[in-house]
Amino acid sequence: MTRNRLSSAILAVLVSLLAGCQKSELSVSAATLKPGKERHAAPEFALKDANGKVVHLADYRGKVVLLDFWATWCGPCRIEIPWFMDLERKNKDRGFAVLGVSMDDEGWEVVKPFLTELGVNYRVVMGSDSTAQAYGGVDALPTTFLIDRDGKIAAVHVGLANRKDFEDGVEQLLQAGAPADDGNRAALPAVSLGAK
Amino acid sequence: MTATALLCLPFLWAQSSGYLTVGRAPQVAGKRGATVEAKIPVSVASGFHVNSNTPAEEYLIPLKLTWTSTGALEGGEVTYPKPSLEKYEFAAKPLSVFTGSFFLAATFKVGASAPAGPGAATGKLRYQACNERACFPPKTVEVTLPYQVQ
Repeated sequence: MTRNRLSSAILAVLVSLLAGCQKSELSVSAATLKPGKERHAAPEFALKDANGKVVHLADYRGKVVLLDFWATWCGPCRIEIPWFMDLERKNKDRGFAVLGVSMDDEGWEVVKPFLTELGVNYRVVMGSDSTAQAYGGVDALPTTFLIDRDGKIAAVHVGLANRKDFEDGVEQLLQAGAPADDGNRAALPAVSLGAK
Repeated sequence: MTATALLCLPFLWAQSSGYLTVGRAPQVAGKRGATVEAKIPVSVASGFHVNSNTPAEEYLIPLKLTWTSTGALEGGEVTYPKPSLEKYEFAAKPLSVFTGSFFLAATFKVGASAPAGPGAATGKLRYQACNERACFPPKTVEVTLPYQVQ
C-alpha cells in the first residue's frame, strides 16, 4: 500500500513536471501567429517621423506591418534592429513595412544620430506614453507587434525574440494574401494619439 | 530575530521604483567641520540588473546618485561599489552591472556654521534596469539621508 502511494506520488510529480514542460512549450508557440478570429485591431496612432511628418497606422492599410517599440539605450533592441532592416530590404516590395516607435525620452536628438549610424532603412516615429498605453502598456523593450493586412495584431513579441519567429511570421502574413474587404480597417479605434 | 530579518531591516522603510529599492540610510552624525560618511542601501529585484555607474557601452544609462539638497552638510561625493561584469545574450561583450543588494557611500563635511540639530539631505537615484531579454525605461528614486549636527 505504502509502495503504491509512493509510486502515485512519484507519478504525480512526473505529471506535474511534464505539464510544466508542456506549458513552457505552449508559451513559446504563443509567439507565433494568432488565428484570425483571435486577432484584435491594432490601435490607430498619429506620431511624427524624423522629418516631422505625422504618420498614422492607417497609412499602412493593406500592408503587413512590423511595429517595433524600442529605445537607443536598450541592448536587446539593438540586436533586433538589423534583423528588421533585412526584413524591410527583402520584403518592402511585397506589401510589407517595418515601423519603429522610439521610446527615447530625449527624442530625436539621440535617435537621429543612432538611425544614421546604423543606416536604418525603415521609418521610425517618436513614441508617446499614450501610444504605449494603447498597445497594452508597453514597458519592456523591445516589444514588437506583427500586424496583418487587415490591421489586426497577429503576434506580439516581448523582449528579445528569435529572428526566425519574425521571418516566419512575416512570411506567413505576406502569403495570406490581400486584406479581407470586410471593413475591418475602418473599424480601427478612432483614437488619435498625439504626436510628440 | 533571524539573520534574514536583520538583512531586510534597511528595506522596511524604502523608496521603490519598479526594479530597484532604496532602503533607509542610517542617520549620520558629526560635529561642525567633521567629515561623515553615509551608506545608502540599494537592492535590485531578483532576475534584473541595473547598469553600473560606468557602463561598458556608451549608449547605456548609468546608475547615478545626485544630491538635490544637502542641508547643513557639504559635498556628498558618491562612491559606488565595484560592479560585476556579466555576459548577456543581447550584448557582444560583458556588461558592467549591479545586481542584488549593495551600498552607495557618500562623503560629506558638516558645515562650519551648521546649526546643531537634525536634518535631512535629499537626492535622486537614476537607474535603468534590464533582465536577460528586455530592458525597462530609466527611472528615478528619491533618496533621503537623515543627519544630526552635534
